[in-house]
Amino acid sequence: MAFLDINGLSKTYAGSDGKPFAVFENVSFHIDKGEFVCIVGHSGCGKTSILNVLAGLDQASAGVVVMDQREVAGPSLDRGVVFQGHALMPWLSVMKNIAFAVKSRWPDWNRTQVTLHCQKYIDLVGLTGSEHKKPSALSGGMKQRVGIARAFAIQPKMLLLDEPFGALDALTRGVIQDELLKICAATHQTVFMITHDVDEAILLADKIMLMSNGPGAVIAEIVANTMPRGRTRNGIHHDPQYYRIRNHLVDFLVNRSKLFQSGEGGDRPKQPPLVRPGLAIDASPIQPRLHGAHGKVTPLVVSRKH
Amino acid sequence: MIKSEALRAGILSLMFLLVLLGIWHVATLPKEQAASANDEYAKLMGKGAVKTTGFPTPAQLGETALKHISDPFYDKGPNDKGIGIQLGFSLARVGLGFALAALVAIPLGFVIGMSPLIYRALDPFIQVLKPISPLAWMPLALYTIKDSSISGIFVIFICSVWPMLINTAFGVAAVRREWLNVAKTLEVNAVRKAFQVILPAAAPTIMTGMRISMGIAWLVIVAAEMLVGGTGIGYFVWNEWNNLSLTNVIFAILTIGLVGMLLDLVFGRLQNLVTYVE
Repeated sequence: MAFLDINGLSKTYAGSDGKPFAVFENVSFHIDKGEFVCIVGHSGCGKTSILNVLAGLDQASAGVVVMDQREVAGPSLDRGVVFQGHALMPWLSVMKNIAFAVKSRWPDWNRTQVTLHCQKYIDLVGLTGSEHKKPSALSGGMKQRVGIARAFAIQPKMLLLDEPFGALDALTRGVIQDELLKICAATHQTVFMITHDVDEAILLADKIMLMSNGPGAVIAEIVANTMPRGRTRNGIHHDPQYYRIRNHLVDFLVNRSKLFQSGEGGDRPKQPPLVRPGLAIDASPIQPRLHGAHGKVTPLVVSRKH
Repeated sequence: MIKSEALRAGILSLMFLLVLLGIWHVATLPKEQAASANDEYAKLMGKGAVKTTGFPTPAQLGETALKHISDPFYDKGPNDKGIGIQLGFSLARVGLGFALAALVAIPLGFVIGMSPLIYRALDPFIQVLKPISPLAWMPLALYTIKDSSISGIFVIFICSVWPMLINTAFGVAAVRREWLNVAKTLEVNAVRKAFQVILPAAAPTIMTGMRISMGIAWLVIVAAEMLVGGTGIGYFVWNEWNNLSLTNVIFAILTIGLVGMLLDLVFGRLQNLVTYVE
């Protein structure tokens, strides 16, 4: 059994016309220990709803989430959450924001222990020197780092990130992505992350889950990142696999994500297929330039409907 | 620039004050006696040739003020106490009533703010009770409590409870969901959540309610003390009116204003202390 097992998860609301309205349906996937998984999909397809269920902040209408052989029912310190809007408490300093989490995790620790532990994570995200600043005195990127430090500091079994870099400029985002990669590599953290950014997903994730458009969204397929770990922001562009994966993801988002809508019929997968874009032709010599490499993308497992 | 503007505003304020005092001074100048026919009558009445309008001049007020301030705490029986003692009585009543109101309003506001059900259930009561003038409670208070001093405190209580209650409930209900979610994912228990998340998050709103309450309480105490009598700055005003000593009345009015301003300043400071920038 995998570390995190999600089986047949659905979230349904009573619609305004009395008919049930499904945000997402029959979502099943699993995450292994130490794996970094991204979920990509259009806005409003229910990514955050899935994350909220995993976090225990929301309840699914059907299905189960099992983490480490235990069913997820309600929030837990085993799952650290980095919220979309950083969610720092503005009346507390950086140190105290993190200490709030640390004291929740280890209520018996004395002040020195808490401070030392917090300092370790503040240093880890590169905020040394800003310990006693209030969030209002920090830039967007620094706030998000505090959010990440807070989530890491409780040493959760799993980290849930809800579009943590959505509001950041490209430069800051790149720097924090690198840091996240470094920390995850060092701590073997299991991560589930929502993102809009295809490049971010390819850089960070070992497995990218593609979510179809809502309502009634499903996980259409799971794309394995065929580039090995140790990816760097500057390096991945030189790997021909990068464009194959990227094209596959963009093609999904632009063309195929809408083909899975409720009622469209047959190809709503129960267990989403695992796709490895580009691998079949990977044995061939590296293509020098891959612009317009659409044709090189391996045959899709999920057939396109017309 | 800002500093110089503050300076200019200060100078302007001072000028307004001088103009005001000037008008006052001219308006209350003693008038020459018009007819000499009344001289004998005036002599009979034991007065000189000058007649005042009865309204004190600024100089007279200054004299009275000096006299009061130089000896604020004398006590020569029930009708003659120093201004400091009278203010002390009023402040003690306001403080007690206000503290009691805070003890009731803030926990109750918490409950109302957290539970939409209780909010809806209690809302009609609050809406009906809130607009009642606190002095309208006075007869009931006097009848049931049978003590004028405690009745005064009760009136302060009832007038300061509403802004605090409503603001606390509003502040608690408006705490950002994401902060509550953080607390939830960290498995924070209810007591810690209340004191370390909801209270600081709602503190600016609660403090605004307390500031409004204090303002109202200070308005009401004067009227209440005029009614119940005995002690306090309100009673002092009424007593001096009965003595026809307008100088003392004006002095008391100014004192009430100054103390009210100081109270508001204190609460303004407290408000700044708990306010956070998002």
